Amino acid sequence: MASLAPTFGRGAMTNTWGDIKNTNLVVIMGGNAAEAHPCGFKWVTEAKAHNAAKLLVIDPRFTRSAAVADLYMPIRPGTDIAFLGGVIKYLLDNDKIQKEYVLNYTNAAYIVKQGYGFQEGLFSGWNEERKDYDRSSWDYELDEQGYVKIDNTLTDPRCVYQLMKQHYSRYTPEMVERICGTPKDKFLMAAQWMAETSAPDKAMTSMYALGWTQHSKGSQNIRAMAMVQLLLGNIGVAGGGMNALRGHSNIQGLTDLGLMSNLLPGYLNLPVDAEVDYATYIGRRNFKPMRPGQLSYWQNYSKFFVSFQKAMYGKAATKDNEFAYQWLPKLDVVYDVLRAFELMHQGKLNGYICQGFNPLMSFPNKAKLTAALSKLKFLVTIDPLSTETSEFWQNHGRYNDVKPEDIQTEVFRLPSTCFAEEEGSLTNSGRWLQWHWKGADAPGEAREDIRIMADIYRRIRGLYAKEGGTFADPVLNLHWPYRLPDEPTAEEIARETNGYVVESVPDPNDPSKMLLTAGLQLDGFAQLRDDGSTACGCWIYSGSFTERGNMMARRDTADPYDTGLAPNWAWCWPANRRVLYNRASCDAQGQPFNPKHRLVWWNGSRWTGPDVPDFVVTSKPSDGMGPFIMNAEGTARLFTRGMLREGPFPEHYEAMEAPIANPLHPKVSANPVARVFPGDRATFGTAADFPYVATTYRLTEHFHYWSKHTKINAILQPQQFVEIGEALAREKGIKAGDWVRVRSKRGDIEAVAVVTKRIKALQVDGRTVHTVGLPIHWGFVGQTRKGYATNTLTPFVGDANIETPEFKAFLVNVERLSAPSV
Amino acid sequence: MSTLQSLDIKRRSATTAPSPSVRESAEVAKLIDISKCIGCKACQAACMEWNDLRDEVGHNVGVYDNPADLTPASWTVMRFNEIEVGENLAWLIRKDGCMHCSEPGCLKACPSPGAIVQYANGIVDFISENCIGCGYCVKGCPFNIPRISARDQKAYKCSLCSDRVAVGQIPACAKACPTQAIYFGTKTDMKNHADGRLQDLKSRGYQTAALYDPPGVGGTHVMYVLPYGDRPTDYSGLPANPRISPLVELWKGMAKPVALAGIGLAALLGFFHYVTKGPNEVEEEDEEKARAMADRENGGRS
Repeated sequence: MASLAPTFGRGAMTNTWGDIKNTNLVVIMGGNAAEAHPCGFKWVTEAKAHNAAKLLVIDPRFTRSAAVADLYMPIRPGTDIAFLGGVIKYLLDNDKIQKEYVLNYTNAAYIVKQGYGFQEGLFSGWNEERKDYDRSSWDYELDEQGYVKIDNTLTDPRCVYQLMKQHYSRYTPEMVERICGTPKDKFLMAAQWMAETSAPDKAMTSMYALGWTQHSKGSQNIRAMAMVQLLLGNIGVAGGGMNALRGHSNIQGLTDLGLMSNLLPGYLNLPVDAEVDYATYIGRRNFKPMRPGQLSYWQNYSKFFVSFQKAMYGKAATKDNEFAYQWLPKLDVVYDVLRAFELMHQGKLNGYICQGFNPLMSFPNKAKLTAALSKLKFLVTIDPLSTETSEFWQNHGRYNDVKPEDIQTEVFRLPSTCFAEEEGSLTNSGRWLQWHWKGADAPGEAREDIRIMADIYRRIRGLYAKEGGTFADPVLNLHWPYRLPDEPTAEEIARETNGYVVESVPDPNDPSKMLLTAGLQLDGFAQLRDDGSTACGCWIYSGSFTERGNMMARRDTADPYDTGLAPNWAWCWPANRRVLYNRASCDAQGQPFNPKHRLVWWNGSRWTGPDVPDFVVTSKPSDGMGPFIMNAEGTARLFTRGMLREGPFPEHYEAMEAPIANPLHPKVSANPVARVFPGDRATFGTAADFPYVATTYRLTEHFHYWSKHTKINAILQPQQFVEIGEALAREKGIKAGDWVRVRSKRGDIEAVAVVTKRIKALQVDGRTVHTVGLPIHWGFVGQTRKGYATNTLTPFVGDANIETPEFKAFLVNVERLSAPSV
Repeated sequence: MSTLQSLDIKRRSATTAPSPSVRESAEVAKLIDISKCIGCKACQAACMEWNDLRDEVGHNVGVYDNPADLTPASWTVMRFNEIEVGENLAWLIRKDGCMHCSEPGCLKACPSPGAIVQYANGIVDFISENCIGCGYCVKGCPFNIPRISARDQKAYKCSLCSDRVAVGQIPACAKACPTQAIYFGTKTDMKNHADGRLQDLKSRGYQTAALYDPPGVGGTHVMYVLPYGDRPTDYSGLPANPRISPLVELWKGMAKPVALAGIGLAALLGFFHYVTKGPNEVEEEDEEKARAMADRENGGRS
């Protein structure tokens, strides 16, 4: 998500599941949709069956997706940018770009400042001492009015197009083969297939997931494909897009509601220390258009923010107290999960409420996590299941080798309901908010999460009210308008999230009428105001629960234009638009590039079509407004300025643990700004001791660490295994069904070996590289046979922008065992 | 599994009574399109759910297949096989289970009256209360499908959800399949659908793609679309040309008529004996002989 927003303006899957059936080419790279998203994968089979689509799979392993692909090719884990950089070069060299699109809808023509450059693996502005960049040179050259200078001939050597061409000139097919291990002829075939979709009436969809995000340069992996899609003109069109497949059923909802330590709902930012008052905070967010006539929708930031504060603090948020700005925490650094555990490990974080999360299994370096949890005074887990995290203190032999008598952490387990035992909405990958109803009562003492949190809040508030305390205001003044204060309902919260009118606003044209009437639900975010007259819990969700009712509960399957959009099924943010940036599906005159799959068009007086136009509906094509309305440029960014920490163009860096030095620039082999805590550097291994690349992944039979609690799933995949290619197995004398030990610098696990043709040894930089596959689903609780946390092996290193840990590429060694140790 | 349903029976094991034939039922079939199957095992889960089956939590034996084989409690399993086709790899994933043959070897072999039936729609079903656990059906099956339970000494296999089909529902596996790799309908419709799939596969370079509906067993009511139609055995041992075992054919084709003839002859002789000699009556002498014989058999105890 951290890469889509800097490129297109919003951090979400651009298209929607049903739309995938409209594509001509499905590219599954950085994910394994058949395995991890089997239900959504039905749209791939639809596209193949009814649109003669082809399926291309690029993956270190021949996956379940590959089993039904038209073309598969292997790639070494952690080298996707090298591959996609090669594709970018191919498209530019062979002039296989959608020119009208690239010229009008991207920043290809924009002139970049003098001073920007790239040399020997580093972009301009590198500060060796701080190990970080001064990003000021990664920006545009502006004219006297403050607009970006452009060159529509794309010939200026400092325009984005030329800089991009120069940057990727190193990514030859030979270099791709040398880095990725993908045979050159196969790579060229993939590039050619993708290139064919540069035709205006052809589209390619990119389906990806954690295979791209869980790297030390995860955001840039995604950026690379986003650039490919922009060059091909495949964003905003039916059957196109960057389709980020979300794993948990509501993980998109989590992102939307800002459950990241540095965000507020709706992708607003939590203030930082330097933003001492509201004026400074909002002054940094003026989002002035960078080209004439552009919408730059984030200009409305203050309306979203003030309305959020009104939802939080009600009457207590006033103009006079900066709408309670000072009650928000202000960040000195980002407190993501990796940092939280680092602080716990240092003994600086003493209490932990862990809700719907099993970090002991899902975050890197289990030994470090266990040590960190053991230093806590208390741990509260809120979960429907008995998680490993809640039992981290129990000895389970080699599977969890701890001494309970040495652990003083007090653990409270609060059982919560699971999705079928409660009412509410879930947001899927395609940004649909779908309401669901309670199907069964929860067992035992389990309570809904909302009730548990309300109870905790009410008790803490009671203590503050009685005893006072440091900085009591944000707690005491929280707006808590629920009918039963101990039991807010999902519907009450949904209504608040949508937003409502706090004070009536008269119509300036006709004072006898009301523009907004106090107490009514808002129709959508266009009505939000920054004077305190509206309240809205999450601006992008505004429109989901209006005076017309709960839009998320709609269940109309009608699909008038057979677009796969089903516009009256549930509700989709923003404003029920199913395909983001859909204005880009039309040419400059407003007519669809592909008449067969139309989304919106200009009918001479307004924008119309089966989808809700992602545009100002009355803006004439001749006004020249760009389709990427969230961006100040109005266009999508091939060059992301200073928005990502590694640089404005994706560059191939090796994983933090890699079998070779980066052939492009061996001195700057790995991502120079990846998230590494000083103490963790000593836990990285080298190829001399750990010669094989390991990658972790999920299996269809299981869902993370949950479904091992279910008998049927346990029957379908009962026991932990590791996958080893035939060549390596031969070398090591390992047969299918043997026990093996897999060891990294951080620990070891034992499992049954599955020996397979599906993981090939690759020729990389003149040597043979083997890959070991590590499915993740086993642990020491549940109905399956006990297994090891795969995260015993993984390194404590994160992406530079969003701190996602590097689970997809690290180093291990493998040995055959005559029998398991336990 | 059960007789409590509204499907007409066409054939019944070890029975010569005529079958009802007034109602017309179309033959049904399940079409498994291997080119669309992602091996997710949703069909296995649905089978367990619908039929209330819970197998053991087993082991990994070095492959993805789990449970590793069909069992009395696993009526369908996915079988995974990796092959090289030219320089490319193929991961052949086949949903294994009863094929519901038109000429069912199991039914032919079954000596227990009504333990195996074939409904007019083509489904072959085991009627557990009539099953004597002899295992002849296992010998009779050319696909190695039935499994005898150690718990109750009865044979089990896929029923094609005859209970669901009887009330107009499709089998649980077909209902659960996320990619529509499992189709269900009349056999005619399924063959038509398969034609379209074969055309598509051929256009994608699978020149030997074929429908698997083996004539050796009179065709089946579970059919496969095989992308590599010329090498069925690569799909985890799918027989290239399945036939009912010659022993079963012998039992049915020659031995059984002979045996039946023998039974008939005995009855006939009995009849003539009765007509010519009158009813057999047990005389005191015979009773004595019988008692003496029983004493010998029981070692003198009586």
